[in-house]
Amino acid sequence: MTFTPLTKNLLRIAVAITLAFIYVPLFIILLYAVNPSDVLGWPPEGITLNWFSEAFQDKGAQEALLNSLRVAAIATLIALVLGTLASLAVARHRFFGRDTVSFLVLIPIALPGIVTGIALNATFTQVMGVDLTLWTVVLAHATFCIVLVFNNAAARLRRMSTSLEDASADLGATPWTTFRRVTIPNMRSALVAGGLLAFALSFDEIVVTNFTIGAGEKTLPVWIFEVLFRPNQPGKVYAVAVIAIILSMIPVYIANRLTKEESTTASGAGVAAPAIAEP
Amino acid sequence: MGRRLADFFQGRPRLTVAALLAAPLGWLVIGYLGSLAVMLVASFWHLGELSGEVQQGFSLDNYKTLVEEPVYRTIAGRTILVAALVTITDAILAFPIAFFMAKVVKPRTRSILVVAVLLPLWSSYLVKVGAWRLMLSENGAINWALEPFGLSGPGYGTTAVWLVMSYMWLPYMIIPIYAGLERIPDSILSASEDLGAKPFHTFRKVVVPMVFPAIVAGSIFTFSLTMGDYITPANVSSTQFIGNVVYANFGDNLPLAAAFTTVPILVMVVYLLVARRFGAFEHV
Repeated sequence: MTFTPLTKNLLRIAVAITLAFIYVPLFIILLYAVNPSDVLGWPPEGITLNWFSEAFQDKGAQEALLNSLRVAAIATLIALVLGTLASLAVARHRFFGRDTVSFLVLIPIALPGIVTGIALNATFTQVMGVDLTLWTVVLAHATFCIVLVFNNAAARLRRMSTSLEDASADLGATPWTTFRRVTIPNMRSALVAGGLLAFALSFDEIVVTNFTIGAGEKTLPVWIFEVLFRPNQPGKVYAVAVIAIILSMIPVYIANRLTKEESTTASGAGVAAPAIAEP
Repeated sequence: MGRRLADFFQGRPRLTVAALLAAPLGWLVIGYLGSLAVMLVASFWHLGELSGEVQQGFSLDNYKTLVEEPVYRTIAGRTILVAALVTITDAILAFPIAFFMAKVVKPRTRSILVVAVLLPLWSSYLVKVGAWRLMLSENGAINWALEPFGLSGPGYGTTAVWLVMSYMWLPYMIIPIYAGLERIPDSILSASEDLGAKPFHTFRKVVVPMVFPAIVAGSIFTFSLTMGDYITPANVSSTQFIGNVVYANFGDNLPLAAAFTTVPILVMVVYLLVARRFGAFEHV
């Protein structure tokens, strides 16, 4: 498609406005992380790295960070197993109700967070009679993380022709060997991408977490939630956020590289956007 | 072990499907749909008059309250309206940048833009709410920037909720539209051009219809996320939304909170059914 210079320039202006809208608040976060004042007024009064050293020394933040990493890791593991199993069924077999499975996997993330939160809260507290702990958070997170693994894995399987698997079988490999040596290696980068999305979603989740976490237990978002809207020392929270952003770039970068090696289309999209499949 | 299993399932496709689906479907049907059913049942419970404890008997009290008290209707209407406005705003903001990424720039710039659009998703949602809260405050950055022009920002309120939600969910709209546009082969656009269609005509008759399911896919998220959030409204307004009522009540009056959640569930079920008709699910 050819574009007139006018069209191109109008598009450029629109893109610039949207990018500014996206980045101004992030820039503000950075400013408050280095703003020496205790009172978060505007404009900031200078530059300091004190909040960062305080953030690194904060025992509560450290413990919350560890909890978040644990919860996200276990939830991701569950989502990887369940999502991969479901994707193998849907993408490699024909059966009655196949579309319903794809729909069912999507529901926990398509319904508003308060719905999932209160439904699981009611089940845990009223029916099962269990205490809310970090484990109930894991169960909740795993539920809406399945779709991220499923979408990535199913998209990969659909694009991957079965001829490789057929060839493996023709050459005498047992089904298990074919699965282990052909199917799984071909799915690997899609599983990494889906797993990372699941991890990221769990790591930052607060809406459902508030409904399913035990009193006194904290994930990092719960810690931020409690400190952020208190008047004292909020600069530290912004420093923690900046650290978390920088840390999260490492796995995103790795996953981007991984998917780029194997597929050329929109690799970034598959890795970095929650709830969005590889095209 | 794995080998024996694999051999066993060889040539038994039905059993294979059943075995593959047992765990994920068990989790989702028993665990998740079961929980939704529990919530639905709980919405018919009520609080004891004296004790204030949950009484597990059938009663329509909560639904009666929700229908009879006008405040709940106002809150539900306001929430759905803001969700719709956020969705429209995000679609308008997302389309040009998605189009620019997919059809105008070179691959190198494209991958930089993809990362640029996705980066905000990796920064804490709560801290972004906090930044907006500070920006929108009386002495915040927005008023400071507008003051030389004799203007002032929206301050806290429903407008602020609309603005901040549009900000939060924008990437969820950009990415499906971008992916949808990328899937349109350039040859189709060239064909339209070769057949004499002016660019705007091609855009309206070829691009928009082909990318529409992707827009609907994105709107599922912008709509649902707006309806399910209670943190943004609580921090940039003093106005009540469905989420605030549910979150405020789930500890003390679980039945009422559960009953009120049927509103967003119904809205989303209708929304999803319509979205499915538009073929949005291939784009999620």
